[in-house]
Amino acid sequence: MSTQPDTHTGAIALSDGEVPTIRFDKVEKRFGDHVVLHDLDFTVRKGDRVTLIGPSGSGKTTILRLVMTLEEANAGYILIDGQPLTHVERDGKRVELKEKHKNEMRKRIGMVFQQFNLFPNMTVLENIIEAPVHVLKVPKAQAIARAHELLEMVGLPDKADAHPTQLSGGQQQRVAIARALAMEPEILLLDEVTSALDPEVVGEVLSILRDIARDTDVTMLIVTHEMQFARDVSNRVLMFDGGRIVEEGSPEQIFSAPQEQRTKDFLAAVL
Amino acid sequence: MNDDQVIWNWDHALAVLPDMLWAFLTVTLYVTLLGSLIAAVLGLIIALARKTAPRPIAGVLTFVMNFIRMTPLVVQLLFAYYALTAVPPLTLGILIFGIHYATYMAEVYRAGIDAVPRGQWEATTALSMSRGRTWTAVIVPQALRSTLPALGNYVISMFKETPFLAVLTVTDMVRAAQEYGGTNFRFMEAITMAGILFLIASYPTSLLIGRLEKRLVYTT
Repeated sequence: MSTQPDTHTGAIALSDGEVPTIRFDKVEKRFGDHVVLHDLDFTVRKGDRVTLIGPSGSGKTTILRLVMTLEEANAGYILIDGQPLTHVERDGKRVELKEKHKNEMRKRIGMVFQQFNLFPNMTVLENIIEAPVHVLKVPKAQAIARAHELLEMVGLPDKADAHPTQLSGGQQQRVAIARALAMEPEILLLDEVTSALDPEVVGEVLSILRDIARDTDVTMLIVTHEMQFARDVSNRVLMFDGGRIVEEGSPEQIFSAPQEQRTKDFLAAVL
Repeated sequence: MNDDQVIWNWDHALAVLPDMLWAFLTVTLYVTLLGSLIAAVLGLIIALARKTAPRPIAGVLTFVMNFIRMTPLVVQLLFAYYALTAVPPLTLGILIFGIHYATYMAEVYRAGIDAVPRGQWEATTALSMSRGRTWTAVIVPQALRSTLPALGNYVISMFKETPFLAVLTVTDMVRAAQEYGGTNFRFMEAITMAGILFLIASYPTSLLIGRLEKRLVYTT
């Protein structure tokens, strides 16, 4: 990285000396007068699988969108591997970093969307190799070979030349997962990836994500309504309500012995 | 029966055909094809510039565009005819038709660009794609697909406005018909044949566009 952070509020490292993969430092996000996230502080360690749960409108998806730079925080700082994502504090002022810096940071982050967002004008293969070839400058033959491996992994080895519109929702989402992984991201953001799918194909998508969680050390930040999946895959669960973390802990703690009344009410409603 | 008393005479209808076809190929079709090409390319450039250029430049472009759209084509043709006397009339016609329709096509492209779902832009951000690649590989191809039918309709409408080329002294089909009528005192057959040739060319084209419209929609 060319641009190093100069100053920060808060320490970069955790108490054990490890630099967190993601750090939210007093992040505030407003949409007009509505405050979606209040002074949010949290950290995610390398290899963590963190699931964000909570009622809709509690700001979970906004957190993923902030990490992907699809939204911009109104205050506070987000650090990725100790480096500022979009803003830095200089001489007591919050300064926006250049687009070039932001784009360098984005390369470490992949996202899978609720609505897949595949490019309909490209084939499945073209969707997957687009960014590796044009952003990471991977030789095309190598990118194609990797794309075929990824398609194998998501169970669609014979769909390379299909167009997204010829695929079912579950197949499209599996291609979207392969496309995100083709960038070899350190962080994978999963934004309600099964919410737009028919119930009978939810399982196939979740099982692929379970495999990825088992076989790689990618850091995952997950927003989902699939509580069993959250339980299986994550090592930490954050319960959100009204733009604040109301409780956090291991999946066992949160799902089996929640302490906060709001967590109990939420789980009672969704389980 | 005297030839002057019948309304329709097949001999004249056939006699005028060679002149008509010649005017159709060398003027009507020629100007439409080249004019459309200019309009399609320039229109896309205008649409992209209005989206990406710094505000002052985009503002000037919008003003010029509205100016062209708010004045009649015939006025623009006549103005150019007297202002740019060095340019051959046919070339001038192609340029003015191209520029005039570029301003309409730019609006079609704008609508097509705006119709690309937000999720597509978000996916390009999530993949760290450059602005250039986002436009050329994702946004423009999708926008073009949805705009093709509307662009096609403008081509047909340009085709039907080619008789205005007569104000540049260019002999299009209608002017050829009038010239034939003037010499032979038979206007009915000549102008009817011009109309039929317009119909023969534009009706199948519009059917084709209608079919394209159905095929080009992305069904998810």
